[in-house]
Order: sequence, then C-alpha cells, then structure tokens
Amino acid sequence: MTTAQLDMRAGKAADLILRGASVLDPAAGIEGQHDVVVRGGRIAELAAPGSAALDGAEEIAAAGLHAFPAFFDPHVHLRVPGQEHKEDIETGSRSAAAGGYCGIVAMANTEPPVSTPADIDSLREAARASASVGVGFLATVSEGMRGGELTEMAALRDAGALGFSDDGLPVRSTRLLRRALQYQRLCGGTIALHEEDPELSGDGVMHEGPVSAELGLAGIPSVSESTTIARDAALAAYEGARIHVQHLSAAESVEAVRAAKASSVRITCEASPHHLCLTDEEVRSLDPNRFKMNPPLRSEADRQALIEGLREGTIDCIATDHAPHAADEKEVPFEQAAMGVTGLETAFAAIHTDLVLPGVIDLGLLIERLGGGAEPFGVERPSLAPGSEANVALCDLAAAWTVGEDGYESRSSNSWCAGRELTGRVLMTVASGQVAYRLRSFSLGIAT
Amino acid sequence: MKHLLSIAQLSRAEIESILDRAESFAEVGRRDIKKVPTLRGRTVVTLFYESSTRTNSSFELAAKRLSADLVSVKAAGSSVDKGESLKDTVATLSAYEPALIVIRHPHAGAAQLVARWTDAAVINAGDGKHEHPSQALLDVYTLRRHLDDLEGKRIWIVGDVLHSRVARSNLIAFGAMGAELTVCGPPALVPRGLEQLGCRVEHSLDRIEEADVIYALRLQNERMNESFVPSLREYTAHFQIDSRRLGARQLLMHPGPVNRGVELSGEVIDSPQSLIAEQVASGLVVRMAILYELLAAGDEGTEPATDDDAGRPTPIGHPA
Repeated sequence: MTTAQLDMRAGKAADLILRGASVLDPAAGIEGQHDVVVRGGRIAELAAPGSAALDGAEEIAAAGLHAFPAFFDPHVHLRVPGQEHKEDIETGSRSAAAGGYCGIVAMANTEPPVSTPADIDSLREAARASASVGVGFLATVSEGMRGGELTEMAALRDAGALGFSDDGLPVRSTRLLRRALQYQRLCGGTIALHEEDPELSGDGVMHEGPVSAELGLAGIPSVSESTTIARDAALAAYEGARIHVQHLSAAESVEAVRAAKASSVRITCEASPHHLCLTDEEVRSLDPNRFKMNPPLRSEADRQALIEGLREGTIDCIATDHAPHAADEKEVPFEQAAMGVTGLETAFAAIHTDLVLPGVIDLGLLIERLGGGAEPFGVERPSLAPGSEANVALCDLAAAWTVGEDGYESRSSNSWCAGRELTGRVLMTVASGQVAYRLRSFSLGIAT
Repeated sequence: MKHLLSIAQLSRAEIESILDRAESFAEVGRRDIKKVPTLRGRTVVTLFYESSTRTNSSFELAAKRLSADLVSVKAAGSSVDKGESLKDTVATLSAYEPALIVIRHPHAGAAQLVARWTDAAVINAGDGKHEHPSQALLDVYTLRRHLDDLEGKRIWIVGDVLHSRVARSNLIAFGAMGAELTVCGPPALVPRGLEQLGCRVEHSLDRIEEADVIYALRLQNERMNESFVPSLREYTAHFQIDSRRLGARQLLMHPGPVNRGVELSGEVIDSPQSLIAEQVASGLVVRMAILYELLAAGDEGTEPATDDDAGRPTPIGHPA
C-alpha cells in the first residue's frame, strides 16, 4: 500500500511465517495453501506448505486458517478532535485492526470540523503517535462544514488530506458542489458524498415504509438519497470530476449509480455491512443502540438490490461507516438517540455469517469488496502478491463468538451486532508490515 | 400482564376481559362513596412529559378511587426542566418503590425504555406518535356499549393519521375486535404503507355514508405551515365532519381535545350521535380496570364485588 498519505505509529517490521494458511486474494488471482512468508514487513514469498525456512521469523501455525489481504475501510468516524469520549485515533484504529483492517479513512465531521491545513497536520501527527493501522484523513468540502464556501482544498491536499467530504451532511448547494468539482482539477482528491435531500428527509429517523407507518416514526424516503445521487452524478459528468458516493442504502440509489457508471461518470460507491444484512424490520425493537443510523435500514427489496449491486460491481466496496456514540446518547427514546453504529470489529464476521455462509455471496467477493475502498481514495489495494507491503488478515472461518462478550476495542459499544453470535473471526492483523493486532486467546494459543 | 406498553400485546379475549372488569367499576362509580381499597398502601406515579387533560386526570382519579397513593410529576416544573435524562428521572422515582408508573412522553418507545429501567409496572399513556393503548381500550369499551359487537362493523378513522398515536392504537384494537377499517385523510397525512396494517385508505369522504362509526382525529394548526394541507379552508371543505356528512344512524367519536369548526363542526359535537363526552367517562372506569389488571388481578378474588356480595372478602368489595 502506498502510505504516502496514510499515517500510523512506527514499529517493528514483521518477520513471520503463516505456516500452511489457506490464502485467498481474488484481486491478485491467488488461491491455495501456502506458507505466507513475511520478511522486513513485506510479503517475501508464498511458499509450498511446510517448505519455508524459519530463519529467525516467528512461526504461526495457520493450517485450517485463512490469510486474506487485510481490509480497507473508506468510511470511519474517529471523533477527533472534540468527541474523544466516543472514540479517538488510538481506540478507533485498534478497533480497525481487530476487524482485520490495515487502513481506514477518517471523516471530517468532528467538533470543530477538519477544515484547515493545521487540522490535518495535527491529526496526522496524532496518528503517527497512536494509530495501529494506517489512517487517512479527509477534510471538509465546505468551510467549517457550514455548506457556504469552499475550504482551501489545495492547501489541505498539500497538508496530506486524502480527499474531501462533508459526510454527516449532504452538500446542499449545487453551486458549492460544482465549484468543488471544478477545483478538483487543480488539487485532486476524491470528493466523497453523503447523499441526502434534507427537504425530503425532514425530521425522519428511519426508512419510510410500512414499518415507520406502524411505529409512528417520521420516515426518510428512499428518494431522498437517490435523487441527490442522480443530481451529483450529473454535476460530476458535466465537470468531468471524480466522486465517491457514501453508504448506499436504497434500491433506487443502486439504480442511479448503475446508470451513472453506464454513461461513464467517474463514480464509485460503497455499502455498509448493516445495510447488507439488516432491514427496517429491526426498528420494531425501537432499539436505537443497534438500529438507528443515517441512512436508515431499509426494506428487504432495498437490501436485495444492494447485494445485487455488490455482486455485479456497481457497488465497489464495503465501508462500515463506523460511528461510535456514548451510552447516554443512545439510552434515550429512538427519536432522540444519536444516529450511527460501530462496525469495524464485526464487518467481516457479520457478512461472512449472514451472506457467505448461507451462500448468498461467495467468500472471494467479500474479500475483494472489503479491499475495494482503497483505490477510490488513491491508495493501493492491499495485496498478498509477493513483493507487496505485508497487509494480512488471518481469520478462523469456523470460530463462533458473541459480539461484545469480551467488550470492544472501540471506546463505544453501539455495535449493530451487539449480543449476536457470529461465525468467523479475525485472529491477527498485519498492517503496513507491522503486527497490528492479535486476538488474546489466539496469541496465548500459539505461545504453547 | 406486567406492563401495558402496546395494544398489540393484548388478544381479543384479554381486551374483553379488561372491558368486562371496567363494567363492574362503572357500578362502583354509581355508589355514594366511589372508592374501593384495592390498591391501599401502594404507590402510583404519573409522569407526564406532555400536556394532557383527559388521560392525566382520569389516571389520577382512577388511582385515587382504588385508594393508591399518588405521585404526580409533570415535566414542566420538575428536574426535566433542568435537563435530567429520562433514565435518571425514572431511577429517582423508582427509589420510592412505586407499584406502577404511568408515562406520557413525546417520543416513541419511551414507555418500553422505562419498563426496562424500573421494577414497577408501566403503563404507556401515549408515546410520541406511536401508541396510546388505554385510549384504544376506552374507545372499544365505549363502542361496545352501543354496538355490543364490533365484528364486521365499518369504522372510518378520519383526519391527521400521520401524527396520531390514537389512530395507530385504535387500528390495532378495532382490528382485533373484528371491525372493518377505513382510514381517510389528505394524502400527506396518511403514512405511506399504512394499508399493510389491514385497513383501506381513502382520500375523500364520498363514501362516508357506509360507516357505522366515524372516528375523527384532531388536526393541529401547525400542520398548515408544513404544507401537509394547503389551508384550513381546504381541509374543512374536504374532511370536516358536519351535519351534512354525519348520518342519523352513525356514531361519532373523537379522542379530544376537539378543534371546533376544524375536524368537527360545532353542531355534530353536541349531536345525539356524538359519543365524545361518554368517551371521557369511559376513560375513568377503563383506566381503573387497567390498574386493577396490572396490580391486583393476580391477588385473591379476582372479580370486583357488587353490593349483592359485599359480605364476601374481595380486594375491592368495600368502600374504603
């Protein structure tokens, strides 16, 4: 991975042999049993099982385990600066490492928002001091995220901003968005868009449909998202700009992105594990801790459309939209609760349990899409091809575990999977050539 | 039954059993001393985060008639004004070890949360636009006295369904009793997908004469500012129940408070077909029955006594 714009804590370059692992990296065309040899933090070779000489490296018995290229999450809220009671760079990046991620992109809707080169400088410095995995930072599109004027996009890029987003809010003004898309020609950097029409969403707190009708909760219609995607795709086409659509939730949105791609708009998009696995039926529980987020959980037809979009490639990548919140912001009636759920530690396991094991999608597709978030932000896709920087997620596909039973690496516990039993677990993560995470019981196991 | 959080938790038989008990409390109301000792020594808390006349006063009077000690908390003037969270308020009130908490809150699911945070029984006296189960029970009770059976009866619920918890709970309750339901209102005030609750949706009163019961809902004035309907004049022209639209054999209901001249014309409110005042009277006895059901039904002698068997020891058999 090109780490020019990702920052993390410097550490010891790993020397490891994952002995006899089942290696799967669909993007690199790799599938089979190998000794994965990591030397000096790089993938030195994929050797025949049992053949690699130890040569001072740590040996890990990986027969029956899977080695994947570590995952990349283009959509994470680290809450720094200003909301460190929810998360910070250390806890958020540790949470990512525990989920098998080697790189994440932090959103800019902090308090205050990340709008100046000095903000980017201080965040990058903090990441170099405390991040377990590579972190890239976005800056806001609009100054102070107020939707009025552009940030100093070129200076922000020079400071190392990976791209731009007002995520949390849509860019309402077509004038402002058009200016940002034009300015991208000068400064580069993907513009990531939270697509929502606030006029249509109103004070909605869940998907508009039969369930919201029954619960008496104000609905957010699907068209709030899809009409804005269509609008912004048209602007991007007109300006020849590059956009990334965040957290698709509705069938109409998949259709809007499909149409844009068919007419050669430079557009990529993401979907979140909770939208791929759950529907608005969950909201009947009125539990905001697990089921309140924006965009909201939608209907089964929407979920099926997202899965189809993922299969055919309309949806390029899976992004968690990891959004930590403190308990007292969630222990209130549904309408009053903060929007957002955490997802880094469960993304792989949840989709493996809900979609791969039942045969809805295959494992290779999941791994491919969990790495698909890098390239839209100009980061090289994590790979297990020999010569690559070592970014590895070692997983036990048969391990069953209960989410939250042993707490979370994240500072917050608003996991949409809280209390669920999942099958498939990340045992160890190597990020940018360093061991970023080991599951405690696993490291104890290999010590014997 | 530990709590009453949603009307959906009750079967038809359970609804009928609560209403049967309400009938026997109606008898208590005809005595000179309208009070029975059933809940003597037990504490009932009413916790109201929204203004209310009928629901609040009838729950308080119901608790007093059952001889409970009553603590009445209103959000205005309490620690809620000072920013105390619902969870903390409930913890504070729970320290008095109340037998029951009645809660009215502007947000859906509040009663359900309170039930998680306290050992007391909890009654949902209205949570946001979600549910108002005691209103649904008193409405079924009122109708039962006029129609004796709701099976196959045509009930039209007319007005601002989108913002109405009464409409939601009544759709469930009337549906459970076998009524045929029609919801009628301006398109923007009927939530998308409501048909899946088992009702027909109409946007005009053209076929209102088929209704056995017309249940009108309150239209709040601020809806006009949000373009749900263009003007009060348009709304009343299309959806007001007036003497032209209310037939002689039709029954008229409204949960109150009425906007006179908006959803109902003045003359139908005071017409013989109007059950509006009777609904309020029903509210008291039905709420007594709900309190009894949650707090005393498991005790010895489950039937409230009449004067005839006053000698038999029962929980509510004697004036206090």
